[in-house]
Amino acid sequence: MTLTAPAVTHERIKPAGLIQTLLRRPEVGAAVAALAIFMFFSVSTQAFLTPAGVATWLYSASLFGIMAVAVALLMIGGEFDLSAGAMVGTTGLIVGIVTTEWGVNIWLALVIALAIALAIGAANAFVVMKTGLPSFIVTLATFFILQGVNLAVTKIITGTVSIQGMGAVPGFDAVTVFFGSSFSLFGMDVKISIVWWLAITALATWILLRTRSGNWIFAVGGQITSSRQVGVPVMKVKMGLFMTTAGAGWLVGMLQLFDVSTVQATTGIGQEFIYIICAVVGGCLLTGGYGSAIGAALGALIYGMTLQGIVFAQWDNNWLKAFLGGMLLLAVLVNLYVRRQAGVRS
Amino acid sequence: MSEALLRIEGVSKKYGPNTVLKDVSFEIGKGEVVGLLGDNGAGKSTLVKIMSGVVDSTVGDFFWDGQKIEKMNRNVTEKLGVETIFQDSALVPQMTITRNIFMGREVTNRFGFMKMKEMDAVAAEVLDSVVTIEGIKSPKQLVSSLSGGQAQAVAIARAVHFKRSLLILDEPTSALAVRATEALLGYLTQLKGEGVSSVLVTHNLHHAFQVCDRHIVMNHGKKILDARREDTSVEELTAAVVEGAVGLARFREGSF
Ligand SMILES: Nc1ncnc2c1ncn2[C@@H]1O[C@H](COP(=O)(O)OP(=O)(O)OP(=O)(O)O)[C@@H](O)[C@H]1O
Ligand SMILES: [Mg+2]
Repeated sequence: MTLTAPAVTHERIKPAGLIQTLLRRPEVGAAVAALAIFMFFSVSTQAFLTPAGVATWLYSASLFGIMAVAVALLMIGGEFDLSAGAMVGTTGLIVGIVTTEWGVNIWLALVIALAIALAIGAANAFVVMKTGLPSFIVTLATFFILQGVNLAVTKIITGTVSIQGMGAVPGFDAVTVFFGSSFSLFGMDVKISIVWWLAITALATWILLRTRSGNWIFAVGGQITSSRQVGVPVMKVKMGLFMTTAGAGWLVGMLQLFDVSTVQATTGIGQEFIYIICAVVGGCLLTGGYGSAIGAALGALIYGMTLQGIVFAQWDNNWLKAFLGGMLLLAVLVNLYVRRQAGVRS
Repeated sequence: MSEALLRIEGVSKKYGPNTVLKDVSFEIGKGEVVGLLGDNGAGKSTLVKIMSGVVDSTVGDFFWDGQKIEKMNRNVTEKLGVETIFQDSALVPQMTITRNIFMGREVTNRFGFMKMKEMDAVAAEVLDSVVTIEGIKSPKQLVSSLSGGQAQAVAIARAVHFKRSLLILDEPTSALAVRATEALLGYLTQLKGEGVSSVLVTHNLHHAFQVCDRHIVMNHGKKILDARREDTSVEELTAAVVEGAVGLARFREGSF
């Protein structure tokens, strides 16, 4: 289609005020909360602001953040993936088993694990789209299947519930450069996962706000019938989103495997709701069609800071769950308020 | 006589066990305005969705300018220049007016970036193209913040902007005030002059009679009347719409 922009700027195009524009962003609430929590732990603990401390909570945040961003994209597209956490374990176990037990080349093992993850993501999408069942139920089933298979298969093959001896696999060090290395910055020992996290957040934000695919993600999540009626390739979009969360699960699986060179059969189990909470704290609506990747990354940052902050403050670790619940409730209330202020009816 | 723009032949549609369209055939001529009338649930919107390629017919053939369309779908109809204002407006409330107008047809540069400024500018223009509705402040406004009529105006603007050969309007004036309705009906007559055909679904028979060259009346999924304007009357259309085939027969007996 050719498109000629009108020569004169139309009176209807007036730049909105800065405050107005800011308030319209879904991630404002999370940004404010992240700042508050950062200041709180900086003041109340000694270790939080030290280079080692910062590196620790950034690392935590990065692993959750990668998943939270992928889950946020999926939620904006109107779906959930409860199998995302178990996928982290599945992919780590696949690489661990095929290399240590069967001597498969480590690079090939990475590709096999990725292919299986993407296939599971595609299967999730396929079942959801063909049956019209809620993805919450479909991926809950996938979650249980993966959880069971992770444990059962690992036990059958290795006789234990974890994979050891990864470090001795040929090529381990080369792969570690991409997934398990770190570098020094301002006196901090920065893990490579932080770089992945930032890059993925930036990429997801760009896709959401500036590309056609991003427009389609908002559209299918907002009103699937309308999207279909105007010709948005709904199936392709949903397929891509489910495969993205599965792919993110693979990435996090690799980042953990090559960081500690071991993997448990229970890795990732119980984390799926944390990803969703991070996305919601970051401004995603459970109903789809609204949210932000930066918000989800901030949600993960809040989680990472709190997770480590509570340790630095030497509080009972159980406070984390209570905090998480409170944070979630506060976040949805703040987001509701912000959206009302910005004149969004929902 | 030249070929019809769109001819549909023997279209039937089942939803589960329910047959909602039964062996429907008709033509839409080039530059013709066709009224598609009938009671609630008669099958008008289903027919509209089939003609727009968003719903598959269970059986039926489609011919465009005499050429058979092998597989009807939205890709094909979009290429042919068919645009539809759906009864439910087909908007995404959480998105801006601009993003709604260009949904599925975003304008991008060669790196895949959407040209937001350009799209905003075009959106602002097209909002005023046919019906001017008060109160839409900016194309960056979310559709959820619009009134019913304003939202309908966005759906109209979008279809009008992209249509090239056939504009299908499924109760496009249901939320519009008198002035906007008049403007839209007038526009259909103007389109005729440009060689663009249109199909108007409406429950207002006077509006239909005012602008349509031909009228098709549906009843329980069947076509019961297909008449040129000069061969029918508002009274006959009313009898057909309200009382179906029986009413139509009685009306014809009474008038001959
Ligand atoms: N997706 C669907 N699934 C099942 N039945 C459907 C579906 N869509 C429409 N129908 C049925 O098909 C019949 C025709 O519906 P349609 O929407 O085409 O009517 P209509 O003539 O447009 O009516 P109205 O004037 O009320 O808009 C109705 O009985 C309706 O219940
Ligand atoms: Mg209808």
